[in-house]
Amino acid sequence: MEKEEKVRIKVLRFNPSKERKASYESYELPYIKGFTILDSLLYIKENLDHSLAIRYSCRMAICGSCGMLINGLPRLACYTQLSDVKRKEIVLEPLPNFPIIRDLVSDFEGFFEHHKSLKPYLIRKGEEDIDENKREYIQHIEDLEKYLQFSVCIKCGLCYASCPVASTDELFPGPQALSQAYRYIADNRDNGLEERLKLIDNPHGIWRCHFAGSCSKVCPKGVDPALGIQLLRRYLMSLRKPKKKLAEVYRRAY
Amino acid sequence: MVERKIMLLHYYTGIAIIALVSIHIAMRLIMPFSESLEFSNVLNNYKNLPYTISLELLLITVAIHGFNGVRIILLEFKQGKAWESFVKFLTLILILIVVAWGTRTIVLTNLM
Ligand code: SF4
Ligand code: FES
Repeated sequence: MEKEEKVRIKVLRFNPSKERKASYESYELPYIKGFTILDSLLYIKENLDHSLAIRYSCRMAICGSCGMLINGLPRLACYTQLSDVKRKEIVLEPLPNFPIIRDLVSDFEGFFEHHKSLKPYLIRKGEEDIDENKREYIQHIEDLEKYLQFSVCIKCGLCYASCPVASTDELFPGPQALSQAYRYIADNRDNGLEERLKLIDNPHGIWRCHFAGSCSKVCPKGVDPALGIQLLRRYLMSLRKPKKKLAEVYRRAY
Repeated sequence: MVERKIMLLHYYTGIAIIALVSIHIAMRLIMPFSESLEFSNVLNNYKNLPYTISLELLLITVAIHGFNGVRIILLEFKQGKAWESFVKFLTLILILIVVAWGTRTIVLTNLM
C-alpha cells in the first residue's frame, strides 16, 4: 500500500490575555491535493486542535480576513494552495505590524482607523452635475480607468504588514490608506483633493514612504499601492500647477 | 514649514550636493591627487573665491540634507508631539552649529 503523504504545519500560538510569550505548535496532517492553507487550518480545528484561533469568512479572496504570514510572506490563507508553498513544513504566523488578538487573529482596528482618517469616500461640493432622472454621478470609462485598480482593494492588510515604515512609525497611514487617498483624489467625481492633501502632508504622512515596494509585491488583488503613493507625491511636489487635477498626472505617467 | 516644503528642500539639496561634490572632486584632479592635498595647495584653494563659495554652499547643503535625514530617522524611531518638537529643534540647532563652525573655518582660511 502506498504511504500517505503528510504535511507539517507549524503555527504560532499566543493568547496575550493569558500568556506572556508566544510559542509554536506543530500539526501533522495528510497532504490533500487542492487544499488551501485555510482548508488545512480548518482540518486542524476540526480534527486535531479545536482551540486554534483563525479568522476567515468568504474563502475566496474577497473579504480580506484570512491574511497571515505563510513561510514569512504575508498572504491570504484561502488564496494559497498547499502545493504553492512547496515545502514539507509550513510556518504560519499572524501578520506583523498588527497587535495579536489570539494565535493567527490580528487586531485591525488601528489599520481601519488609518483607512477612515483619509476619507475613503466621495466628497462633493454641490450636487449640480447629478443626472436628475438617474440620480447618479456621470463618469466616462477613461475617467474610471484612472483609479480602477485601486478600487479593488479588499482591505486585507497584507500591504500594511509588509511595510517597513509601518513597523516603526505607527502614525504612518500605510500603503493601503494612502493608495485609497489616491483612489478618491483621482476620481473626477470627487472634490476632496485639498482636504486629503492636508491630511497626508505631515511629518508622519506620505513623505515617510521609502518606496520599498513590498506593498505592491504582496497585494493579492494586483493593486499597486506604491504607485498610488508615488503619484500623490509627484502631485505634491509639482511646482508649476499645484491645482491641476491629479487624474491628469496619472494619465501623463502612462 | 509644512512637510512638503521641507522634503522639496531635501531633494533639491540632494541634487545640489551631487553637483558641488563633483566640483570638489574636480579640484582634486587638476593636478596629481596627492599634490592637490598639500597644505599650500589646499590653502590656495581657499583663496579662490568661486571655489570658496562652492565650498560654503556644499557645507550648507550637506548640513541641511544630512540633518534632515537624521530628523526623518528619529521621527520614524519614535512618535509623539513633544518628541517631534524636540527633534525639529535639535535639527535646526545642529544645522546652525555645523554651518557656523564650517563657515568660520572657510572664512578664516580665506583670510590667512
Ligand atoms: S492594497 Fe492590496 S494588500 Fe493592501 S489592503 Fe488592499 S488588497 Fe490588501
Ligand atoms: S477568507 Fe475571505 S479573503 Fe480569505
